[in-house]
Amino acid sequence: MTALLEIRDLHLSMHSYEGAARVLDGVSLRVNKGEIWGLVGETGCGKSVTGLSVSRLLRTPPAEYTRGEILLDGTDVLTLDERQMRSLRGRRVGMIFQDPTTNLNPAFRIGTQLIDVALAAARHDPAILGLGRGAGRRARVAAARKLAIAMLTEVGIPAAESRLDDYPHQFSGGMRQRVLIAMALIGRPDLLIADEPTTALDVSVQAQILALLKQMVAAHDMGVVLITHNLGVVAQTCTHVAVMYAGTIVEQGPIRDVLGDPAHPYTQALMRAIPTRDVARGALQGLAGSVPNLIHPPRGCRFAPRCALARPSCAQPPAVHERAPGHRVACPVVEEAQHA
Amino acid sequence: MLRFILRRILLVLPVLFGLTVIMFVIARVLPGDPVALAAGPNATQSEIAALAQEFGLDQPLWVQYWTYLTGLVQGDFGTSIFTRRPVAQDLATYLPATLELVFAALFLAIVIGIPAGLMAAVWRNRWPDYLSNILSVAAISMPRFFLGLLLQLCFAMWLMWLPLGGRFPIIFDPPQGVTGFYTIDALLQADWEGFVTACRYLALPAIAMSLSPLATILRMMRASTIEVMHQDYVTTARALGLSPRMIVFKYVLRNAISSSLTVIGLYFGWLLGGTVLVETVFDWPGVGLYATQAIVAQDFMPVVSVALVIGALFVTANIVIDVLYGVINPKVRYQ
Repeated sequence: MTALLEIRDLHLSMHSYEGAARVLDGVSLRVNKGEIWGLVGETGCGKSVTGLSVSRLLRTPPAEYTRGEILLDGTDVLTLDERQMRSLRGRRVGMIFQDPTTNLNPAFRIGTQLIDVALAAARHDPAILGLGRGAGRRARVAAARKLAIAMLTEVGIPAAESRLDDYPHQFSGGMRQRVLIAMALIGRPDLLIADEPTTALDVSVQAQILALLKQMVAAHDMGVVLITHNLGVVAQTCTHVAVMYAGTIVEQGPIRDVLGDPAHPYTQALMRAIPTRDVARGALQGLAGSVPNLIHPPRGCRFAPRCALARPSCAQPPAVHERAPGHRVACPVVEEAQHA
Repeated sequence: MLRFILRRILLVLPVLFGLTVIMFVIARVLPGDPVALAAGPNATQSEIAALAQEFGLDQPLWVQYWTYLTGLVQGDFGTSIFTRRPVAQDLATYLPATLELVFAALFLAIVIGIPAGLMAAVWRNRWPDYLSNILSVAAISMPRFFLGLLLQLCFAMWLMWLPLGGRFPIIFDPPQGVTGFYTIDALLQADWEGFVTACRYLALPAIAMSLSPLATILRMMRASTIEVMHQDYVTTARALGLSPRMIVFKYVLRNAISSSLTVIGLYFGWLLGGTVLVETVFDWPGVGLYATQAIVAQDFMPVVSVALVIGALFVTANIVIDVLYGVINPKVRYQ
């Protein structure tokens, strides 16, 4: 069965004056319908870049895909031209970004923005509006408006019809994120990429938005990639998780396996850094050192310079092994230690 | 919205009042005797005194000012001591010509400058951008009267496509109508021939005046478009499949245009006050020429009145711009 999204051995370089930064170094990920994948890691580890790559939103140059493929229902998006990509954006892949205040256009009514996205998606699939191919412009706009009202209602915006004529600044932060979710889903995409969708919201609203996302995935049978640096969000929302470090996925698998039995030293360090009620004040463990320079990354395992278990063999690219079905860890050292 | 406009108008009145005071005083402290000048080189002392009395110039300054102000409220701009005609009548003749020229120049600057600025931003650091950059620096640097002469040389003398100067052929009656703009009046009467003729006369002076604001608007538009293109909502629009054309001409344009609006408002005043050179070069019968002749003749009333009218038009233009901000930016509207 072809996966909804399959990223295979993706390598991405970003060219700058100082040289080429190897931002992604062999990322592989497989997302099926109904799965919510959490992509976690610290700032600059390549989570967002991975998400943007699926919709090919990075400018090339400076970005350059040096190896690998991104298969969307079996089609490698890296081989498509801009026009073909446009037919996928919004229609096959929906995206939500971090800050709901800056991601809605302040000068246009939200209805206008929703309707335009619906019309753009309908150009590639008229069925979205429930109309035939020959429908006139007026009929299409009317249908798009109806769809916009239905979507807003579905994401929990009360009195949706009257709010269509409001401007973004007339909504609260949480409501704006709901509008953006409606906008991302109005083209009925199968894959949703949500890049830190709750980071800019306060905690009580975060929970509502995450619940809404889960509800939408269930209702529309989608696959989701949820990019976040918050393991708590992952634990609450996701079915699977991939932990990224410096452009590589160090560990991935079903949520229960990875969070219940973290194998990679980096995942373990992340888990230790989560404050819980039981941790005494001052006992929280940070992780020494900082993220490596990606222009001259460490040879072999990129985490080795900060790793307590590092040994000379870590200068070789780490082999990935499967601990449990689907639970993959890119650290031979842990595996050996366990078998010893 | 209505309250906002009314408040702006009320705030403007003291400005215009101050303008009349300053102009009135300055016009009269200048050295020279305007009455003697108007009476002619052969006038006797008693003739000069009679003329001064006729125009009330023998009265103390504040009485003259009071007379002027009370006349102004009734739409009387005083009488030119030189032409002996009411200033209001002169303004009615010359002001439409100048306004037509200024509006035509601004129209050209806007309809070319804004799309060109957008395009320069979209094709940033490629040849359309470099080309527009070079041309706009050249356009800003070139003095208007010199440009006017070049245009005359090229299009009137060598190519003979367009007339050298004037506003309408002397042998024909120009289109008559409410606006006083020959082009608009001709259109209102469906007089195509008159419209084309008026446009042919308008073209060169309007181009000469438009290049500087055009270049400025282009540069402003380019800069603000580049800024807006980096906004998150543009990425979102791209990520959700909107076409580049819709993103640029609908979503980016409205956000990027407000800085250009400011420039347009300022240029309106700048063009109004600076028509004289272009009007001289193209023999365009506008207020610039009229005011210059009045200044040379030390003819107070036209000078003060022209300054007042231009000032009033300038502040009106800026009120209109402020209202347009609200149309473009809904946040301004609700504050």
